[in-house]
Amino acid sequence: MPGYTLEINGTQTVVEAEADMPLLWVLRDKVGLTGSKFGCGIGQCGACTVHVNGSPIRSCLTPVSSVAGQQVTTIEGMASSDQLHVLQQVWIDQDVAQCGYCQAGQLMSAAALLENNPNPTDSDIDDAMTGNYCRCGTYIRIRKAIHTAAEFYNAAQETQS
Amino acid sequence: MNPTLTRRGFLKAGSIAGSGFALGLPLMGFAEGASLVGSAELNAYVQVREDGKIIIYSGSPEMGQGIKTSLPMIVAEEMGADWDDVIVKQTPEVDTERYGQQWTGGSFTIYLNWNLMREMGATAADMFISAAAIAMELPKDELKAIDSRVVHIHSDQSRTFAELAALAYKQPIPDKEGLVFKERGDYRILGTSISQVDSLEIVTGVGDFGIDTRVQNMLYGSYEKCPAVGGEIVSANVDEIKKLPGITDAWIVKGNGNVRELMDGVGIVGTDTWSVFKARKALKIKWDESNASKDSWSSFVKFADGVGNTGADVSIDNGNVDAAFSDPKNTVLSSLYEYPYVTHMCLEPMNCTAHYRPGNGGKDHLEVWIPTQNGPRFQEMAKERYGLEKDQLTIHIKRMGGSFGRRTSNEYVIEAIELSQRSGKPVKLTWTREDNIRYDFLRQGGFNRLRGAVDPQGKIVAIEEHGVGVESGGEPSRFNGPNPSAFPFSTMDNVRGSSTNYRMDTPVGPWRAPYSNTHAFVSQAFIHELATAANRDHVELLIEMMGEPRWVDDGNWRAMNTERAVGVIKLAAEKGGWGKKMPAGRGLGFSFYFCHAAHVAELAEVSVSENGEVTLHKVTAAVDVGPIINRSGAESQVQGSIIDGFSTMAGQKITMENGRVEQTNLDQYPVLRIDKAPEVDVHFIESDYDPTGLGEPGLPPLAPAVANAIFAATGKRIYKMPLIDEGFSV
Repeated sequence: MPGYTLEINGTQTVVEAEADMPLLWVLRDKVGLTGSKFGCGIGQCGACTVHVNGSPIRSCLTPVSSVAGQQVTTIEGMASSDQLHVLQQVWIDQDVAQCGYCQAGQLMSAAALLENNPNPTDSDIDDAMTGNYCRCGTYIRIRKAIHTAAEFYNAAQETQS
Repeated sequence: MNPTLTRRGFLKAGSIAGSGFALGLPLMGFAEGASLVGSAELNAYVQVREDGKIIIYSGSPEMGQGIKTSLPMIVAEEMGADWDDVIVKQTPEVDTERYGQQWTGGSFTIYLNWNLMREMGATAADMFISAAAIAMELPKDELKAIDSRVVHIHSDQSRTFAELAALAYKQPIPDKEGLVFKERGDYRILGTSISQVDSLEIVTGVGDFGIDTRVQNMLYGSYEKCPAVGGEIVSANVDEIKKLPGITDAWIVKGNGNVRELMDGVGIVGTDTWSVFKARKALKIKWDESNASKDSWSSFVKFADGVGNTGADVSIDNGNVDAAFSDPKNTVLSSLYEYPYVTHMCLEPMNCTAHYRPGNGGKDHLEVWIPTQNGPRFQEMAKERYGLEKDQLTIHIKRMGGSFGRRTSNEYVIEAIELSQRSGKPVKLTWTREDNIRYDFLRQGGFNRLRGAVDPQGKIVAIEEHGVGVESGGEPSRFNGPNPSAFPFSTMDNVRGSSTNYRMDTPVGPWRAPYSNTHAFVSQAFIHELATAANRDHVELLIEMMGEPRWVDDGNWRAMNTERAVGVIKLAAEKGGWGKKMPAGRGLGFSFYFCHAAHVAELAEVSVSENGEVTLHKVTAAVDVGPIINRSGAESQVQGSIIDGFSTMAGQKITMENGRVEQTNLDQYPVLRIDKAPEVDVHFIESDYDPTGLGEPGLPPLAPAVANAIFAATGKRIYKMPLIDEGFSV
C-alpha cells in the first residue's frame, strides 16, 4: 500500500492508503480525526468539507493521492491552540446547531468565506453556503451567525491595525 | 425498620468517594418502600462535586431536539442551581428501573419527564436546605436554595452547595408528596435561552456521534441487501470479494426475513469504511425475488384514481353527513389530494458499533454503541434474540445526527452484531447514503378524497375524508388514519372518516409528526378550498369552526382546546399581517393544526414568478405548548420544522417500481438549501398548562399554509405534493 505525507492541522502525517481512498476516510479511519463527516459520498451535502491549502473542498471526493504534500485543515484544527475561531464562538453563543452533524462542514465553508470576504452580503453567504445541507434546517441561525462573526472579525482587525 | 434510614444507608453505602451528593430516581414498578435513591454509581441523577460542580444526567437520547439541555434545565431550576455550575452527562447505561423511560419520540419527552425532573430537583433542594439548617442552626422554613447556595431569607447568611455537599447527602430523602415546586414567576432558568450543552463539542469536531465510535481492534463493516425488500440470497462472489484490498472477510448471510432484524445479504468487513464500500461495488449477487416486493408507485396512483369509497373501512361516523351532502341548498365540494413517500435523510447514516464476546463456557457479553431513539427497545430485543440478560449487555447511547423517527428500529444494530459474531472482533457498521434511502422505513405516500358541504350562511356543515393508505407487512399502516382526535374530525358534528388499503411491501415508519405531516396538508388545504367557495375569510372561518371554548376530549389536557386554538390563530394572523394587501403574484396563506398536544398556527407569505418559481419569503408561527423550557431550543425547533416542511413539500418524492426504490442519493432527491430558507417569526403563548414537546408540531401546518398562499398568489390550487409535480419550482 502506498504511503502519503500530508500536513494535517499543522502536523506532518504519514498515511498508508490506496491511492483512490478519499481524504475523508483517511482522516476518519486512518488518522482518527472524526470531526469531518460522511453524509452522501457524492459531494452534495458538504458535511465532509475541509480546507486544502486554505480552500474548502469536499473530502469525500478527493483522492488522498491528489493532496499528498499539501496542507489540510479540518474542524479539529480550526481553533488555535487555546482560542476558538470567532465563528466557533458565535456558533456557541447563538446556539446554531440542532443535531450538529453538518456543522463542521458549515463552519469550514463559513471560515473560507470570511477569509476571502470579511463583509459578506446575504447573497455572498448564499453562494458560499448552498453546498452545505442542514437536515435540521438551522439556516436562519447560520446566516445570522456569519454576519455576527464578520462584525467581530472586522472589529478585531481594526483594533490590530 | 425506618424506611428513611434504609434509604439513607443505601445512599451512603453506595456513594463514590469524593462525589459528595447523589440522588436517584423513584423506581418505577418497584414495591412501595423500596423506591428511591442510590449512589453516584447506582441510580444517580444528580451529583454535586466538592468543587461545586453539579452533574445532572439526561436520560433521554439527543437527536437535535435539544432534550439533553432542556431536561437538566428543569432539574437545575427546581434545585436552585446556578446553570454555570451544571455539567450535563448522558446517563451511562440503559436501565429504565433506575432512570425511568429512556427513549425519545412523539414529542413526548418533555411531557413524560416534566414531573420527574422537577422531583429530582426539588428533592435535591430540600436535602441541601436540611443540611444548611443544621450547619447554620436556622429553621428550614427560613432557608431557600438559589444560585447554588442555600440562603437565609432574613439575613445575608448563606452556604454554597459545595460547602453543604458532604452533609446534604446524609439528609433524609423528602417524601415525593410533600415536595413543593417553584412558582413560574420565580423561575431563573426555565424560559431563558441556553445554548445546547454539547455546543462546544459540536463546533470543535469532537461531538460524540455514533458514527465517530472507535474501539480498539475494530473492523469496519458494510451490509448489502436485496434492492427489492424480501429478496432471498442464492449466491454471491464472496471469495472474490475477500481478495480485494482492505477486505478482511465476507460472508453470505441468511436472515430471518424480518426487516426490523436481519434480512438476507452479504456482510463485508475490512480495515476501513472506504474499502468495504468499494468492495460492495464488486459484488455479484444472485437473488431469488419470488417473494420480494413488487411495489409500484405508478400502480398505486392508478388504483387510488379508480377506487371509490365503496367498501371502505369507516372508523369515524358522527352526525349525519349524508343529509348535509344531499341538501340542495348546500354547496358541496369534492377533491382528491396526493402526497408521496419521503425518506428520513438523517445526515448521519445508520450505523452501529458492536462487540460480541462469546463466553466460552461462561456468559456471552454484547457491547454496542448505538445512535438510537430507543435503547430500552434494543435491550428487550437482545434478550429475545440472543438470550442476553442485563448483566450480559452494555449499551452506549450515542448522540444522533438527526433521526426524525428513523432510529427507532434496530436492523442496523443486528447487522453489526452479525458481523462482530462472524469476525470475532468489534465492528463498526456504516450504511451508505444509498442504503439509507433504499432501506428506509419511509413516510408513506397516499391519497385522500375529501368532500365538504357549506350551508347558505357560509358555515361548513359536513366533511368526509376517505384515505387510500398502505398495507405493509400484511397489516394496514398505523399511520393511515383517520385519527378522530385530529382537527376537524375533533370539532365537527357531521364527519365521516374511512380508509381503503393498498398492498405496498416497502417498509413504512414514523417520520416527523406521523400522519399529521400529511393530514394537515389535505385537511387544512381543503378547509381553505371550502372557505374560498363560500367566499369566507379563512381565519374567521377557522375561528368559527372552533366554537365554544372547550377541551374536545373532556378531562384530557393533551387533547385539543378550542380556546388555545383560537389564541394561536389570532396571534399568527395579527403578527403575520393577515388581510394586508398584496401585490400581484404574491399571497398569504394560513393554516392551523393540532397534534402532539400542541396548538400551532402558521401564516406563509409567498410570491410566484411568471415561470412558476415559488419563493417563500416569511413564515409567522404562533405556538401554544405551555411554558417554554429553553427559549432558544424552542424557537430553533419551530424554525427547523418550518424549513423541513418546506424542503419536503418543494421537491421530495420517493417512488418505487418493481419493488425497488428509484432514488439513490441527494442528486435525485432535492433538499432545501440556505438560499431558499424563509425568514421565520415565532411567537409563543405560554399558557398555564404543563409544558409539552416541540420537536414535531411546528411542521404539519407549513405545507397547507404554503399551498394556500400559492393559491392566493396564483389562483391555482395545490392538490399534490411535492410542488414540482404541480408544475412549480422552488
